[in-house]
Amino acid sequence: MSFGITRLKVEEGPPTREAFGDALAELGGEFQDLVVLDGDVANSTFTERFGERFPERFFNVGIAESNLIGIAAGLAGAGKISVAASFSTFLLSNAFDQIRMSIAFPNQNVKLVGSHAGISIGEDGPSQMAIEDVALACALPGFTVIVPADGPSAAAATRAMIERDGPVFLRCGRPKVPIVYEDDAPLQVGRANQLRAGDDVTLIANGIMVAMALDAAETLADDGIQARVIDMHTVKPIDAEAIERAANETRALVVAEEHLAYGGMGSTVAMVVAERKPTRMAFVDIGDTYATSGTPDELLVQFGLTPAAIVDAARRLLKD
Amino acid sequence: MVQARAEDPSALEEITRRLRRDIVTSTTSAGSGHPSTSLSMVEIVTVLYFGGVLRYDTSAPRDPGRDRFILSKGHGAPGLYAVLAEAGYFSVDELNTLRKLGSPLEGHPNMNRVPGVEASTGSLGQGLSIGIGHAVAARVDGRDYRVYVMQGDGETEQGQVWEAVMYAGNHGLDNLTLIIDRNGYQQTGAVDDIQPLDPLEDKLRAFLWEVRTIDGHSLSEVAGAFDWARSVSGSPQAIIANTVKGKGVSLLEATPGKFHGKPLTEGQRDDALEEVGA
Ligand SMILES: Cc1ncc(C[n+]2csc(CCOP(=O)(O)OP(=O)(O)O)c2C)c(N)n1
Ligand SMILES: [Mg+2]
Repeated sequence: MSFGITRLKVEEGPPTREAFGDALAELGGEFQDLVVLDGDVANSTFTERFGERFPERFFNVGIAESNLIGIAAGLAGAGKISVAASFSTFLLSNAFDQIRMSIAFPNQNVKLVGSHAGISIGEDGPSQMAIEDVALACALPGFTVIVPADGPSAAAATRAMIERDGPVFLRCGRPKVPIVYEDDAPLQVGRANQLRAGDDVTLIANGIMVAMALDAAETLADDGIQARVIDMHTVKPIDAEAIERAANETRALVVAEEHLAYGGMGSTVAMVVAERKPTRMAFVDIGDTYATSGTPDELLVQFGLTPAAIVDAARRLLKD
Repeated sequence: MVQARAEDPSALEEITRRLRRDIVTSTTSAGSGHPSTSLSMVEIVTVLYFGGVLRYDTSAPRDPGRDRFILSKGHGAPGLYAVLAEAGYFSVDELNTLRKLGSPLEGHPNMNRVPGVEASTGSLGQGLSIGIGHAVAARVDGRDYRVYVMQGDGETEQGQVWEAVMYAGNHGLDNLTLIIDRNGYQQTGAVDDIQPLDPLEDKLRAFLWEVRTIDGHSLSEVAGAFDWARSVSGSPQAIIANTVKGKGVSLLEATPGKFHGKPLTEGQRDDALEEVGA
């Protein structure tokens, strides 16, 4: 995987799903009330590592996501901290009404962890790619939605999610990803991380797009454009202050995410911008289409998720 | 004109060898995919497409009078693509584009890109309901086509499957046949260790289905089961096909729990092709 990164010196780290799985297994010792549910994909989500250490608190309910969500809600109702993990699309899309009725509405303490989000899963193709999941999760009142950029921040997000009361959706990916944060990632839910200062344009990204935004900022700097880069790891509640500051202090905003256009982080950021400080914006995302099969890098290029696409968007905004 | 194709038994056996060859080579060249899932269904699709069962016309893939085959376990796509190529919907060479950018042969079947694919699947548990839709449409339109749906045994854990089973039974959809590819394994282990299905025959009968259990690798038993299915009137039919995940490749057969979703390396592929004998 290169993610189209050419300028930034980055080291490849673990997939966010694996960092989550390792962190979860660690947290199992600390939180005796932690229970983990799987829908026959624990070797893909890496919850098998928790399962190996704490078999009595690990439940594989089979290929039955609606039931998985219901059981997770019941366990939470009985006082447990429930973590339900599967491919993100099978959790959010397959069991949405169960999530709505059994978790969101009664505000149950269930943590949904979706792996294999986005098109960077590659060859398995559209049926396995969650590209609507952020929109679905953000639509639910009371939900916290976190999209970590790399292994260290996925590990930090896992702890933050367990420590936080109430429903959370943590979105993870399949491929190995560049390390953006050394060792310990600071991750405060709802507080965006500014990774680079700049006052011409702001690049707001999450997930795998964060490393690409940093790379794009290097290229823009060659043109004398100073880009601020913000890791908006929490989509909900969104850090409205960071957005407002960026809108006031820079001339334009580019939002980059590995998700469909409608209902993703871009829409949420745009709401804040429209209300507080109307500013020119551009959106780098998958648009309004399903993808296909291909290698992760090929798909990222085909569907316009590259540092170059972020650079182009920024230049376009600043030109007019 | 839609027509069933009936080859003689020795030709059918040859076809199974070619399908196994194509499944193994296409997934190895893709570097990903589900060969073991595809290998367990080879005899069943061979009899369906070449044993005088399914009525189809490769030059008119959407002929309204065609019989339908829906692969609900969409990750068996390499097996479906192999049989569709063998039938002549597209060339066998195209199988080498499996999972590659630009190819219609995506990781899971896409009904709008591949002729002969009846449903876009890959999220388990949805094919039988779609099959019911086609079966009900046949009634509404006064057509005599039949609908065949294949699902995995792990897939049978899905709640939607049982909603569909209940509906088809209650409505006596005798133009609908469900084949359960009972290879004993799902992604993370044996079905019996995760969510045992038994007594599966009794469960299906209780939902008003006619049921038959067969050896899913015996061409004659598979053919007999389809003959039986077409003779049943008033109820949908379930064929429980006992199969071996990875059938025909000893490495896969020996460790079915380890190879879900994993292609063979080039070396393993060469050994497998020798075993398969095509
Ligand atoms: C709704 C849904 N949940 C999970 C998966 C991930 N998954 C893909 S294949 C598979 C196991 C399928 O087992 P089975 O139905 O027995 O098919 P087999 O490969 O054995 O033929 C799983 C869990 C999926 N594709 N869809
Ligand atoms: Mg199986």
